[in-house]
Amino acid sequence: MSPTIGVIVFPGSNCEQDAVEAVKDLGAETQLLWHGSPEIGNVDGVIIPGGFAHGDYLRPGAIARFSPAMESIVDFAKKGGPVVGICNGFQVLTEVGLLPGALQKNIGLKFLCKTVTLKVVSTNSILTSQTQIGVDLKIPINHFEGNYTCSEDTLNELRNNDRILLTYEDNPNGSMGDIAGICNKERNVVGLMPHPERACHDLLGSTDGKPLLQSFLESANG
Amino acid sequence: MQYEACVEVRLREGIADPQGSTIENATPKLGFQGVSNVRVGKSIRFNLESDNEETARATVQELCDRFLTNPVIEDASITIQGAE
Repeated sequence: MSPTIGVIVFPGSNCEQDAVEAVKDLGAETQLLWHGSPEIGNVDGVIIPGGFAHGDYLRPGAIARFSPAMESIVDFAKKGGPVVGICNGFQVLTEVGLLPGALQKNIGLKFLCKTVTLKVVSTNSILTSQTQIGVDLKIPINHFEGNYTCSEDTLNELRNNDRILLTYEDNPNGSMGDIAGICNKERNVVGLMPHPERACHDLLGSTDGKPLLQSFLESANG
Repeated sequence: MQYEACVEVRLREGIADPQGSTIENATPKLGFQGVSNVRVGKSIRFNLESDNEETARATVQELCDRFLTNPVIEDASITIQGAE
């Protein structure tokens, strides 16, 4: 059976259709979820897409975290449901407290829009289960605030518990530990700055995002 | 009572501040010597209805903790005074 993936839409989201198209291509059903409704239906997995939710005012994700849909998504995640936050979605997940740390302004103060090389560090998560450790993935980034920052204690905890999933080969934004993607302790909530949904078709220059989203759909099916 | 609150949000000590560094690096080029430790923050001002200054301060502190700052990277200083 194909899983149904809910993709949340905030005012200012702009990657929801990319996410929908990418997972549809991989065989999933999709449902757009308006942020203002707590009703998230019977989805099997949730994507919080990229964009500028609520204009990124105050801080990226700071206002989005209070949306009624987010409360339902936090419940869904706490019950073990797979949740992926991409780019702005990662920022929302840190603000709502499902993932540790914060995303700061890029170290070079430039908005970065380019394809980067990621290394798979752990396959023990809902987003990386169908990849292999050490494999390089070419996936685009598109952000101004992607500089992953946390306390030394948090960084050690992430390292010691295999919670760093993806790292940058050539750190573009100053992220601590070259971190591009992490997961929560239970490994069912993942946040990453790169956009796997934009690397799922030959026409887009890379299909390296596919194994990541396939992993996600597999876990949503489980 | 009406109070005027000013919350100054800044990056915590030890958190890299690329904006601050960029401004700092520009100052000698403009002929200003001896400028150091530049940190960029933001200030948020608002009016608040509250019984007294103590409760106003407690409300603003909670607002900071839950919303106006991200405690992972930011802290805030709060100034409160009676509105005219």
